[in-house]
Amino acid sequence: MERVPILKIGSTLFVSIQIDLQDETVIRLQEDLAEELVKTHATGVIIDITAVEIVDSFIGRMLTMIGSISRLFDAETVLVGMRPAVAITLTELGLSLRGVRTALNAEKGLQLLNGSS
Amino acid sequence: MDELPIQSGDDVVRVRQHVRVLAAQSGLSLVDQTKVVTAASELARNALVYGGGGTARIEVVTSGTGKNGVRIDFTDDGPGIPDLDLALTDGWTSGGGLGLGLSGARRLVDEFELTSKAGVGTSVVVVKWSR
Repeated sequence: MERVPILKIGSTLFVSIQIDLQDETVIRLQEDLAEELVKTHATGVIIDITAVEIVDSFIGRMLTMIGSISRLFDAETVLVGMRPAVAITLTELGLSLRGVRTALNAEKGLQLLNGSS
Repeated sequence: MDELPIQSGDDVVRVRQHVRVLAAQSGLSLVDQTKVVTAASELARNALVYGGGGTARIEVVTSGTGKNGVRIDFTDDGPGIPDLDLALTDGWTSGGGLGLGLSGARRLVDEFELTSKAGVGTSVVVVKWSR
């Protein structure tokens, strides 16, 4: 199983998903992120899904959970770079990703985090 | 027709990738490709998690009016679904999920046929047509 790398830049953790996600990979990412948040005291998480071709109900639920888990560690999560086709499909699927903030790209996501902290 | 096994998370990814290739071949728009691949992901996961594994048969099909599309037939030998109407209800789940898998997949495709027999297994056939 592949793993998604987590980079710490300043007080933000950056996660850029560049692989075709399977369920176990997303669960692993959730655990890795929780550990990193404790270790680094980061206050923000940016998840870049520019390269992600589909988000189904399981992946969507996991992304929402990552947002909730981060909040328990006093960190804000921003999901960035969602493709238009993914956004349309997610909405039709009935998933709203409630509780997860979104931004058009990583730069805007970072601005959102810095403005809110 | 291409036959792919669904026995692991890796297999689910392979089914998605294969559906993507055939959906592009049949001339589906990027949004429609994304919809049918997402539906395939939901149904392949269902076959794996609830059906204990199964098979996906994927092919390009042509309609009577000459439109191309992609057709996927998911079958498993699992316990079957006792109440189909209930299983297709938004928010209803027998597992720990959101209950959007089956009902959501149905919304994302043009044709959706679910058959299930207790003790025999479940089959879901979906088609997405190009416009």
